[in-house]
Amino acid sequence: MVENRPFLTFLTHALLILGVAIIAFPVYVTFIASTHTVQEVLAAPMPLTPGSHLLENYLAALQHGAGESTAGVGRMMLNSLISALVIAIGKIAISLLSAFAIVYFRFPLRNFFFWMIFVTLMVPVEVRILPTYKVVSDLGMLDSYAGITIPLIASATATFLFRQFFLTIPDELAEAARIDGAGPLRFLRDVVIPLSRTNIAALFVILFIYGWNQYLWPLLVTTQEEMYTTVIGIKRMMLGGDAAVEWQLVMATAMLAMLPPALVVLLMQKWFVKGLVETEK
Amino acid sequence: MEKRAIFASQWLPYALLAPQIVVTILFFFLPAGQMLYQSVHIQDAFGGNLQFVGFDNFTELFYDPLYLASFKVTAVFSVAVAVLGLVISLVLAAFADRVIHGAGVYKTLLIWPYAVAPAIAGVLWLFMFNPTLGIVAYWLRQRGVDWNYILYDGQALLLVILAAVWKQVSYNFLFFLAGLQSIPKSLIEAAAIDGAGPLKRFATIVFPLLSPTTFFLLVVNIVYAFFDTFGIIDTATSGGPGQATEILVYKVYKDGFKALDLGGSAAQSAILMAIVVALTVVQFRYVERKVQY
Repeated sequence: MVENRPFLTFLTHALLILGVAIIAFPVYVTFIASTHTVQEVLAAPMPLTPGSHLLENYLAALQHGAGESTAGVGRMMLNSLISALVIAIGKIAISLLSAFAIVYFRFPLRNFFFWMIFVTLMVPVEVRILPTYKVVSDLGMLDSYAGITIPLIASATATFLFRQFFLTIPDELAEAARIDGAGPLRFLRDVVIPLSRTNIAALFVILFIYGWNQYLWPLLVTTQEEMYTTVIGIKRMMLGGDAAVEWQLVMATAMLAMLPPALVVLLMQKWFVKGLVETEK
Repeated sequence: MEKRAIFASQWLPYALLAPQIVVTILFFFLPAGQMLYQSVHIQDAFGGNLQFVGFDNFTELFYDPLYLASFKVTAVFSVAVAVLGLVISLVLAAFADRVIHGAGVYKTLLIWPYAVAPAIAGVLWLFMFNPTLGIVAYWLRQRGVDWNYILYDGQALLLVILAAVWKQVSYNFLFFLAGLQSIPKSLIEAAAIDGAGPLKRFATIVFPLLSPTTFFLLVVNIVYAFFDTFGIIDTATSGGPGQATEILVYKVYKDGFKALDLGGSAAQSAILMAIVVALTVVQFRYVERKVQY
């Protein structure tokens, strides 16, 4: 701040607090609804202070789900976790390897492969859902973790990020490794990967959130309740008309679905910000 | 920029590239090719009787009032999401940049909605605005507003816009704040000494210096509104009432998976793909990506 203007300082804090409150309000309402019985939630207006059924609702949701979905949210959370981890780690692993190949080797078709990876940026999954669905079903991967994760695992963004980073690693390191008799894989394991740790951590945070929050794709490839992820489980719980929906359980599930990615953002804020800024460059 | 120190191997680079290339071919090129092929053919819903029809599927789309309506909805939706999202987050970032003590706290409290899945954002906003049980819907009715987004087109569109903006503000906020913090303080101080007040400084110095960030965010927000909001639409309104919130991506899904109009859906996908290609080219060619953070 370059000058002291008490009124402006007051206005600044007032506006920011208002912003924070408005941003938080939808989640507050969700939390409140998840602590009441369904009758209390359905009463207009619904209460705006916490009720006494928190434990009961969350346990019910975790164990048996709600509405048309009879699978427990516990199982769905496990599915979400596995999918998010496979997507995040898989994307990082295959991108790291391809960037290493492109940066540290000269071979025929190198640029061709690079462009092949690049153009995938331009075909988001939402655009090619039907034919991709057909490929996955022909390969017999419906209702499996492989079907949920592998089609989402190619990553132009992560490959670029690693390529940019590898280009900044001093050539002397590779030369020294070669003189010492280390082959490319040894160099990758002992020099490149340790140097990439911060990039890997930042990417992991972003990709974990990306994987956890997937909606359209798992909605298409899963038909059995045991394979639902949390995010699509909620949609199934809301089928069946306003009156039949057990809102307190739906809202408890929504809280549970938001919790892991929100924790990742809050606890790993530094990596999160770094990842966000870098993946968009 | 190229490396001097390189390794030599006949097979290793191919082996390293193999996983990425296999996934790319199987789940990108094969489906994209299939889609382009489908878009110039018609087929009955049971997968038989394939017939080449040239660009008929495309021409048909542009004579289809429902498709044109979906284009209009998408345009209104994406412009509203981008503009509202950018304005709100710029205001928040500009004020957060002034805070000396506690700036980190505000930042933490403003960025977490990024972690919320679009589909969940849709559920949260639907729950607040649901005409029978929503708390905000109740307040609106108390004030005499005839609120029922299940019946009124405009209200449904407003609801999905609000949910989409709510989710995107955190992202824009982070980039604006980083952009603001990279502006040299000496510029601001010099202007203050010359007698320019906060508003004048913002309009004549800060905002022009932020323009690369703003333009970059504009493109990102439009891409977000086009594609990533599928979950919000599906959980909050399912494209309704009628076609009031049916954006292009949602229509591809509905026509392809629900109505099984394969040729029409593929043609719509091809058009969407052309839009993404155009946006990506704009992003790479014209967006100044050397913003200092």
